[in-house]
Amino acid sequence: MSDNTIVGIEYNRVTNTSSTDFPGHQANGDYSWDIEKFKDSFEINISHITERTANFDLIHIDTSIANAFRRIMISEVPSVAAEAVYMFMNTSVIQDEVLAHRIGLIPLKVDPDLLNWVDKTQDENDRYTEDNTIVLSLDVVCTKNPHAPKNSTDPKELYRNAHVYAKDLKFEPQGTQVESFKNSPVVPSDPDILLAKLRPGQEISLRAHCVLGIGADHAKFSPVATASYRLMPTIDIIEPIRGDSAKRFQQCFPSGVIDINSNGEAYVKDSRKDTVSREVLRHEEFDGKVKLGRKRDHFIFNVESTGAMSPEEIFFKSVRVLKNKADYLRNCPIGQ
Amino acid sequence: MAPSKRKAVKLEEAESDEAFQDLFQHEYRGKKLTDEINTVEDKWNLLPAFLKVKGLVKQHLDSFNYFVDVDLKKIIRANELVLSDVDPEFYLKYLDIRVGHKSSSAPGTKEVILPPHECRLRDLTYSAPIYVDVEYTRGRKIIMHKDLEIGRMPVMLRSNKCILDGINEKQMARFDECPLDPGGYFVVNGTEKVILVQEQLSKNRIIVEADEKKNIVQASVTSSTHERKSKTYVITKNDKIYLKHNSISEDIPIVIVLKAAGITSDLEILQLVCGSDPQYQDLFVVNFEEAAKLEVFTQQQALNYVGKRVKTIRRAGAPKLSILQEGIEAIATTIIAHLTVADLQFREKALYIATMARRVVMTMHNPKMVDDRDYVGNKRLELAGQLMSLLFEDLFKKFNSDFKANIDKILKKPSRTSEFDALLSINIHSNNITMGLNRAISTGNWSLKRFKMERAGVTHVLSRLSYISALGMMTRISSQFEKSRKVSGPRALQPSQFGMLCTSDTPEGEACGLVKNLALMTHITTDDEEAPIRNLCFVLGCENILGIDSATLHSRGNYGIYLNGTLIGTSRFPSKFVTEFRRLRRSGKLSEFVSIYTNTHQQAVHIATDGGRICRPLIIVKNNEPMVKAEHLLRLRNGEWAFDDFLTHGLVEYLDVNEENDSLIALYEKDLDPNQAITHLEIEPFTVLGAVAGLIPYPHHNQSPRNTYQCAMGKQAIGAIAYNQFRRIDTLLYFMVYPQQPMVKTKTIELIDYDKLPAGQNATVAVMSYSGYDIEDALVLNKASIDRGFGRCQVVRKNTIQLKRYPNHTKDIVSGMRVDEDGQPIFPHQALGPDGLGEIGARVENGQVYVNKCVPTNAGESVLGHNEQTPGAESHRETPAYYKGPEPSYVDQVMMSVSDNDQALIKVLLRQTRRPELGDKFSSRHGQKGVCGIIVQQEDLPFNDDGISPDIIMNPHGFPSRMTVGKMIELISGKAGVLNGTLEYGTCFGGSKLEDMSKILVEKGFSYSGKDMLYSGITGECLQAYIFFGPIYYQKLKHMVLDKMHARARGPRAVLTRQPTEGRSRDGGLRLGEMERDCVIAYGASQLLLERLMISSDAFEVDVCNKCGLMGYNSWCTTCKSFENVIKMTIPYAAKLLFQELLSMNIAPRLKLGDVF
Repeated sequence: MSDNTIVGIEYNRVTNTSSTDFPGHQANGDYSWDIEKFKDSFEINISHITERTANFDLIHIDTSIANAFRRIMISEVPSVAAEAVYMFMNTSVIQDEVLAHRIGLIPLKVDPDLLNWVDKTQDENDRYTEDNTIVLSLDVVCTKNPHAPKNSTDPKELYRNAHVYAKDLKFEPQGTQVESFKNSPVVPSDPDILLAKLRPGQEISLRAHCVLGIGADHAKFSPVATASYRLMPTIDIIEPIRGDSAKRFQQCFPSGVIDINSNGEAYVKDSRKDTVSREVLRHEEFDGKVKLGRKRDHFIFNVESTGAMSPEEIFFKSVRVLKNKADYLRNCPIGQ
Repeated sequence: MAPSKRKAVKLEEAESDEAFQDLFQHEYRGKKLTDEINTVEDKWNLLPAFLKVKGLVKQHLDSFNYFVDVDLKKIIRANELVLSDVDPEFYLKYLDIRVGHKSSSAPGTKEVILPPHECRLRDLTYSAPIYVDVEYTRGRKIIMHKDLEIGRMPVMLRSNKCILDGINEKQMARFDECPLDPGGYFVVNGTEKVILVQEQLSKNRIIVEADEKKNIVQASVTSSTHERKSKTYVITKNDKIYLKHNSISEDIPIVIVLKAAGITSDLEILQLVCGSDPQYQDLFVVNFEEAAKLEVFTQQQALNYVGKRVKTIRRAGAPKLSILQEGIEAIATTIIAHLTVADLQFREKALYIATMARRVVMTMHNPKMVDDRDYVGNKRLELAGQLMSLLFEDLFKKFNSDFKANIDKILKKPSRTSEFDALLSINIHSNNITMGLNRAISTGNWSLKRFKMERAGVTHVLSRLSYISALGMMTRISSQFEKSRKVSGPRALQPSQFGMLCTSDTPEGEACGLVKNLALMTHITTDDEEAPIRNLCFVLGCENILGIDSATLHSRGNYGIYLNGTLIGTSRFPSKFVTEFRRLRRSGKLSEFVSIYTNTHQQAVHIATDGGRICRPLIIVKNNEPMVKAEHLLRLRNGEWAFDDFLTHGLVEYLDVNEENDSLIALYEKDLDPNQAITHLEIEPFTVLGAVAGLIPYPHHNQSPRNTYQCAMGKQAIGAIAYNQFRRIDTLLYFMVYPQQPMVKTKTIELIDYDKLPAGQNATVAVMSYSGYDIEDALVLNKASIDRGFGRCQVVRKNTIQLKRYPNHTKDIVSGMRVDEDGQPIFPHQALGPDGLGEIGARVENGQVYVNKCVPTNAGESVLGHNEQTPGAESHRETPAYYKGPEPSYVDQVMMSVSDNDQALIKVLLRQTRRPELGDKFSSRHGQKGVCGIIVQQEDLPFNDDGISPDIIMNPHGFPSRMTVGKMIELISGKAGVLNGTLEYGTCFGGSKLEDMSKILVEKGFSYSGKDMLYSGITGECLQAYIFFGPIYYQKLKHMVLDKMHARARGPRAVLTRQPTEGRSRDGGLRLGEMERDCVIAYGASQLLLERLMISSDAFEVDVCNKCGLMGYNSWCTTCKSFENVIKMTIPYAAKLLFQELLSMNIAPRLKLGDVF
């Protein structure tokens, strides 16, 4: 089989990994890029989409473009995170730097479009303004709970504010933010992230300035927990596999990938479900009977948002960023 | 076992006082409490039970407890009387001694100075008072005085004199103490000091050695008593046997010695030494000739012969002895000093010497009969208690002699107004004992006058780098061997070390093999009473040696019975004797640490009760059936039984190395072979390793040096130190911000609580090459991982400032911060508060002050004539403590206290939080260290189908030559554990099976091999090879670039040579050394050479007189008294210095100048 778009999955190596569909690689065939041809062939299938995750297929697109989306989603789509933490009081066991680091990593539910970029060249005192900074405050004092149940050993019952969570961060709108954030007050997207544990008498009081940033600068600005793709697996049964052998064949794949028809012959039911564990290649009995592969231009994307934006928004933004990059390149003197 | 049955290790939140309780509740290999108990699988449960009773540092604690409870009393009894030379009526007698509680105080009272943690913080010594009861005469009356404090004894933490003994976790927390801290060390002047275990050749035992080249055989015995230490040799010289001793000027023929010791009959001598063996007799007869030639036939002649050759060092005042008396004295006390002679009964000693001679004859006959010095059974371990007792006895003797001198001085005075009370003069010296003990422990110099012993480096500061480093230090054994000597014998791994000393944990380099570590399940004995054992032997049918005629002594089948190396009797039924003896020991009728074994070559049964023997517990096997049955283990699990119950029920017993050598021990139950008389069964094979080597997963798959490397590196790993780590103020501490317990644990990890105080993180590792910045073991780190907290650590450093008081009533003060005209603090004082101390949480940058200390300007002035000055008007000069460092720190804690001598003590703890950077050192648990070579953006790293990108990329070239297969198995087990939600085990000689792990991987949709298909993060294409990908536990090591980076353009110079200073700490220059110089010369870059070696270093302009060749100044030659011919030139200042130094030695170096070209 000489399908050029299949990456060969062999027992100890991966073949045919690079695409060859570019002009000049082969004598026959026209591989020049044509927008119309692309429009015709390009496909997007969304398999599921929720508030936090999205799973969709990009089909008939070049690896470089798909990878660019992935890379941009991870590192160049802006989002908001705490950048400067001002400690007024911290008598907890957790050190200032560690607490600040933990606060920084909390994903916040903020629309990044509502903020401007911070001018890093400015003096620290004038740098943060109402249109580029969100102020969160954390003021907790741990006290004894006078109504604690007797014989309780659970600190959560014995004390008040024994555990400090992300939800204890309070949004303090500055100036016009009272208006602009009226409908969407800033909250951590996961309210139950543990920040610190306190005991009676301990106190934390701080302000955090949250600004716009990109994942390339610090992972806390990355809007995705992960954004990645995998290639569509293909399973070609070259010789029919029947009987007990078929059952064993089925066992080599995750459930739902291979089914056995009424003839007792194994057939591929849903190759998308395959995790490509290559277990089948280990067994001599299937030697030469099956060929594993992956479609090089079929990307199954999986985007998990941290909660600030919906995954589709992240993807769209990645497209916008890529477009801006292309525009920028086109306007560069060397590009002309 | 089907992998699906595997269940998550239950992490029970329930806080229980007994940390060990968890261990019994853990499901191990999928077993629950209710499951049927299989002896093979579950006998490992004895190990946690053992550690619960013994702990890892029990040897130190036992030794110290024995010292304070038993040995001290023995010392007192040996030195109980103080008499006066002046007043024969006077006496003082010590009746009793106690540490830490008065005779009147309630039982269980532990009187210590302060809780140990406070001692650490305040630079005090954690000690308890030593009380004695005395009886003495005052005039005609006899007076008893109880609870007289004679000094303070440093208390070993967690010993029975320590307040931490037997308290629960909650009470521990109240004392700011970590419940996992092993104890076993002292706190002296605020520092934690460990007395390392010292390894020595056993004392009071005969060791036979042979030098085949020189044809010398020697039997030696080191006699050690409270009074003295001496060594007696029986050696061969020209095939004749002599006795040699340091205090006898000449070697004495053995026959003469035996005659002197009362065996005058030649026949008896022959019988005692050779028995009836004609070959031995042939070898020995020459010795009779020797004695006959010297005309020594009777005991008197022999004693005279010996007496003549005794080196007499008599103390002044002692009466002069006749030659005969000298001879008697020598035989009675000097030779083989550990045998005491009463009423001139020399028989026992004569037999001892005859035994030594017999051993020599046996070795002459068969050179294989020598003893091995390196055999662990011939070694004794000296612990803190023994060393302390030597020291205390010395100090106590000094105390008494000082006391005696003092009362003599007073009693000498003819007329006294009041009645003399000795107690009034005893207290004066009470500081001596306290100070002596403190000084010895804090400096590590053990100097004992009695033995002329001078030993340095006995104590060490407890390393608190990580929990493991502290633990490793407590199990360390140092050898008395010289490090510099190039001998392989003492360094080699001895087969007899099995199970006693760790086979992997030893340092590399000069101390290799000399510093050892105890294995996990070992015990070191303390001294046991000899007399009851001796009586027991006689009860068991041993014939007393004094009642045996010499002819039958060495007859065939008659076995000598030796108690601690001394022949006490014989038995014709040795195996019955030994079995009976063991039966009594197993039933708990005598101490479980008394060992007995048969030596058929020597026809001897040896019984040992002395301290310092290493021993370990083993399951007793009877009729090919292990005595420990499932029911017993069930009782153990239900908490009905403790480890000691196994001992008293005769199911488990302790064997020392010698007895172990006389046993046949099955490793596993399957090895119980009915055709062999197997006597014991191993409890757990992984106990051959110690605590530190026990951290390594799958060590049995690694090349052995790798395990040794990991043992050294595990001690440098940054992690959690103790539960009280944030309360500690140590010179330097490292903490990891987010430590994790390893995915792949071992049983040892759980036993030593490494999972509670871990030092490392589970990193997802891809084994592939990436970017070229990973050559030579360098690692590629994921920037996003670092951003999220991977490898983040904190470094806290202590800075101590003392505020002194001066004799003229002035004192150091701390003055407040200074402000500029705007009211803002000036830059150096930005971190200060109004009190002049650094504010908690304040950032301190290079050049800023953290304590603004001021000293009085007139501190040196005399005390007198300053009364008119009011104290407030003193003028002070600022001598602030500046912070120096490339990166700022934050003030973590400030402590103010008062030290011993009433001076204020300020400790400032400065903290840095560091994220990993290029050049920081990391290591896995398999001796595979590497530095960070590059930090890569997450999107550039490869990723798998799930979108996981690695935290670390490791170059595969690290594998072939190192052969750390264990690391690969750790990865697969770790990956299976992650996917399965379980913690896997990599216990030595056991652990999760690779097959099971692969099966889990396949079930979860991964390749069985652990290799995944990855996509390149840069191109987005699939990588052409499958990548070995999964979690490996990585340790961050303490070597960080920030502490090492150094560069200098201009800077300080040494005063003498004016050359740049050396070393990073002095901001020194980087040396262009000899070899670099050679390169520059070879290359011919003369101007570069000139610049590097002179212009940039110590160029100096001198005035040289071209006529006389000497140096002058200001264009003036002092020798020629003229300005003529004086030329300015540049030479290195060091050269100028050399010329002047030569001049001072009456050598005149004259410079002859010529043109350069």
